[in-house]
Amino acid sequence: MSKHIDPVRTEPVRLRVKKTYKLYVGGKFPRSESGRSYPVTTPDGAELANAALASRKDVRDAVAAARKAQKPWAGQTAYLRGQILYRAAEMLEGRAGQYAEELSDATGAELHAALGTVEQAIDRLVHYAGWTDKVAAVLGGANPVAGPYFNHTTPEPLGVVAVVAPGADPLLGLVEAIAPAIATGNTVVVATSESMPLPALSFGEVLATSDLPGGVVNLLSGKTSELAPTLASHADVNGLDLSGVHDSDLATELEAAAAETLKVVRRPGRSGDSLDLLRQWIEYKTVWHPAGMAATAGGGY
Amino acid sequence: MGSILSGVEAASLVRSLPGVDAVGLEARAAGLATRSIKKESKAEAIDLAIGMIDLTTLEGADTPGKVRSLCAKAVRPDGDAPSTAAICVYGAQVATAKAALAGSGVKVASVATGFPAGQVPLEIRLADTESAVREGADEIDMVINRGAFLAGDLERVYHEIKAVKAAAGDARLKVILETGELVTYDNVRRASFLAMHAGADFIKTSTGKVGVNATLPVTLLMMQAVRDFRAETGVQVGVKPAGGIRNTKDAIKYLVTVNEILGDDWLSAHWFRFGASSLLNDLLMQRQKLKTGHYSGPDYVTVD
Amino acid sequence: MFDYAPAPESVRPDIKEHYGLFIGGEFTDAADGAVFKSVNPSNEEVLFTVAEAGEADVAAAVAAARQAHETVWGPMSGAERGKYLFRIARLLQEKAREFAVAETLDNGKPIKETRDFDVPTAAQHFFYHAGWADKLSYAGVGANPKSLGVIGQVIPWNFPLLMLSWKIAPALACGNTVVLKPAETTPLTALMFAELCQEADLPPGVVNILPGAGAAGAAVVNSPVDKVAFTGSTAVGRAIAGAVAGSKKKVTLELGGKAANIVFDDAPIDQAVEGIVNGIFFNQGHVCCAGSRLLVQESIADEVLARLKDRIATLRVGDPLDKNTDVGAINSAEQLARITALTEAGEGEGAEVWQPSCDLPETGFWFRPTIFTGVQQSMRIAKEEIFGPVLSVLTFRTPDEAIAKANNTPYGLSAGVWTEKGSKILWAAQRLRAGVVWANTFNQFDAASPFGGLKESGYGREGGRQGLEAYLDV
Repeated sequence: MSKHIDPVRTEPVRLRVKKTYKLYVGGKFPRSESGRSYPVTTPDGAELANAALASRKDVRDAVAAARKAQKPWAGQTAYLRGQILYRAAEMLEGRAGQYAEELSDATGAELHAALGTVEQAIDRLVHYAGWTDKVAAVLGGANPVAGPYFNHTTPEPLGVVAVVAPGADPLLGLVEAIAPAIATGNTVVVATSESMPLPALSFGEVLATSDLPGGVVNLLSGKTSELAPTLASHADVNGLDLSGVHDSDLATELEAAAAETLKVVRRPGRSGDSLDLLRQWIEYKTVWHPAGMAATAGGGY
Repeated sequence: MGSILSGVEAASLVRSLPGVDAVGLEARAAGLATRSIKKESKAEAIDLAIGMIDLTTLEGADTPGKVRSLCAKAVRPDGDAPSTAAICVYGAQVATAKAALAGSGVKVASVATGFPAGQVPLEIRLADTESAVREGADEIDMVINRGAFLAGDLERVYHEIKAVKAAAGDARLKVILETGELVTYDNVRRASFLAMHAGADFIKTSTGKVGVNATLPVTLLMMQAVRDFRAETGVQVGVKPAGGIRNTKDAIKYLVTVNEILGDDWLSAHWFRFGASSLLNDLLMQRQKLKTGHYSGPDYVTVD
Repeated sequence: MFDYAPAPESVRPDIKEHYGLFIGGEFTDAADGAVFKSVNPSNEEVLFTVAEAGEADVAAAVAAARQAHETVWGPMSGAERGKYLFRIARLLQEKAREFAVAETLDNGKPIKETRDFDVPTAAQHFFYHAGWADKLSYAGVGANPKSLGVIGQVIPWNFPLLMLSWKIAPALACGNTVVLKPAETTPLTALMFAELCQEADLPPGVVNILPGAGAAGAAVVNSPVDKVAFTGSTAVGRAIAGAVAGSKKKVTLELGGKAANIVFDDAPIDQAVEGIVNGIFFNQGHVCCAGSRLLVQESIADEVLARLKDRIATLRVGDPLDKNTDVGAINSAEQLARITALTEAGEGEGAEVWQPSCDLPETGFWFRPTIFTGVQQSMRIAKEEIFGPVLSVLTFRTPDEAIAKANNTPYGLSAGVWTEKGSKILWAAQRLRAGVVWANTFNQFDAASPFGGLKESGYGREGGRQGLEAYLDV
């Protein structure tokens, strides 16, 4: 933590301007709709800041923002999505020191270790930036059907993905969850780490300055027990990422809630390489079209 | 009687027709071809098909003797089998055929208009037509100007058909599109409407003189065209697939298609014909098989 | 004038009076001795009796499958596994006509379809997946993918043998063993397939077939399998997704649909009419991806409807074994009741009903091909899956409106687009929220082409490289 009083001089230096940690929804940084906040501390109990305590209505607004942003985001070229993810990496790199400090404060990790984590997060963003315009070629393709048809399969985004972020890995875990989802054109609503929300909320600032359209990523700080069930049962959510949930009863309850509207669920503890993570939030669309033209070419009957 | 349109109007109309999806059309034809026609339906279909044949000889080697022989076969193909609808010959053989068929009810159809290519001046094509009619042809099988059609001069194609129609007088005019040279289904559909607007009494697929003659999909497409033309104008036009229909099984597929696309109104020799020669003997052999219960052979039907 | 004489298919398969459960390579009766009957829906005659699986039987089948996976099928090389699947494909082709007739008798669908579609496509699925068995490292799911283990599979009655092949072929190719429950009303071809597995010398326990009703299906889902694959209703799919919550079981679901078939004013009209007919009357409309909502551009709606009615009037409804039958019997009294109830609801909500005046047989379960016009988006017949030969016709004015209406459903399985304009097809295909889009065609299926839905139509694909993802541990 930075010190407020210079130990040598007796007069106070200028008063530090503290950040108000607000939600990131629809490209804006609103307070919770309920007006509530909750205190966030370091692992050893020192007060860090107050974070907005998102309510069910904030979930509703965030899902609406994510839904509104999804089609335009998926409609962008894969090249542009890649450039925006790369831009996010650039922004994070430029503020790596700040994020390392915030991460160190939040997790209690040594500063140099925290910086290493931030650098890993940057590298993951770069990695997924390079995936956007290759996923379709790797996972989709032409299908040699036994008939006079052009048949082609392309991966398409699932839609709106709700993420219960890992509780103990507030930045890298978040990036690992968000990047593969948005790379393919999904939008996300994240219930951030309940006890360590600040790095996530600050990460919103990176996204907001990366030309990422508002609503593509929405970050909600608050109680996981309140936000996650609301997300899991929301009918306008298509996918649910439970990889950050460690309470197996809660995970079961959330998966069962998701079953009501047949959401795609990523279960806790499921790991995989980046292509598996990308594949988690896509669906395949197959298009058929007759391929035939001349009266003499078809073979008729 | 065609509709009253200018050449420009007819050309523009056919250019704006909805397109044809080749695979879908062929799938529909293939579906119709799976119909299984057995027992008494098959017997009926065979006699119906015999009565719809334009028994055809169109060879450089045609002689009066050959034509008279064919006429005799057309009138009395085999035992109690029905007569064919017509015989179809070159203009030079019309008089012979007319005499041989006198009083039989079997019509004489003459190919004309510089058949099969039609690549002679219009005056000669018209003279060819008038001559055939003078000789006694009941029906004229003309060819369209595929060159003009493929060059995009639809108006010219239209006007030429109108001119032949006028020259044919009371003879029924069958307009041969030569679908194997038009190649695409879209072209066939356009040519069908152009011919009907110009006054065709029949639209006919082929001369039998090119690589691809009648196919079921192309004939199905032409049936859809005559169906739609009657719905629009009230004028009924006949359909004649020609060339390549050699056996009973194929003929029955065409009849099934008439039945399911056009219905009873077209299921007679007045509105549907087969341009064929060897088809007749296969129908007769199948007919014998149904009567006797055993397969027949080529020695049990006459060569012509 | 030209009536077609009856043309009944003459081949008769050897249908036994009674079938057992197929567990560990042998036919056996249920532990509790339960038995049920299978009925020919076209005349309500009992075809045979069959053992009904209970929980003890499911446990025995899963144990047999587990043992087969651990001792034989799992360790076997992919190339050898593939050879078994090729052999099965060939046997299916050899016995194609018997399977087709059996399917028609048990299901009620026309012989034309079982002969030309169901059985050949089922054989293709085995042939296609046989070739994958020794090439799984090229399937794009990692260098050394592993089998999952034992797969519990529950399939519907609309394409009994074909759905079996969609389930069993990829599962076996990927090195898994299976416990499959065929639908209660259509177990016959699954049992004949079990006999075929014996003939193919497939190792015992690799394929286990457990006829039964919903309870048997639930028992399979709740048994210690490694994955559940289900095709059927969205309601049951939802229950399955809930039942596996918190477990390690993977799940794929292929559920209901309410597909829009969009006809633009520049469509190839005659082919579109065929596509509409094929879309909704193929297999009596018992098709999850049926084009049950016709969205036709208002400017050509009258013309399309007139042509459609003329065409439907030529459909031949009746004896499924007649080679000229286009529309067969409804699969069960229960399904007939559901179709009837929903069409009555349609009339009640003010839609206008039209049916051709075809005769229907006196016994069996039958429903005339039916069109509803004047349908509004809010009516039940526009929203709920009818799973019968009933088409709801709606109109639209602009392409955007067509897409909005097409997507306005919790389902997302399939969609159709008809226009001669290529750019419009690509535009529409991109925007339609459906797993399969048929442009200028409808109801096409192929082993090489992945099939499956979005949203409440489920998740996972069957067929193609993508279909393997569901059966491999990456």
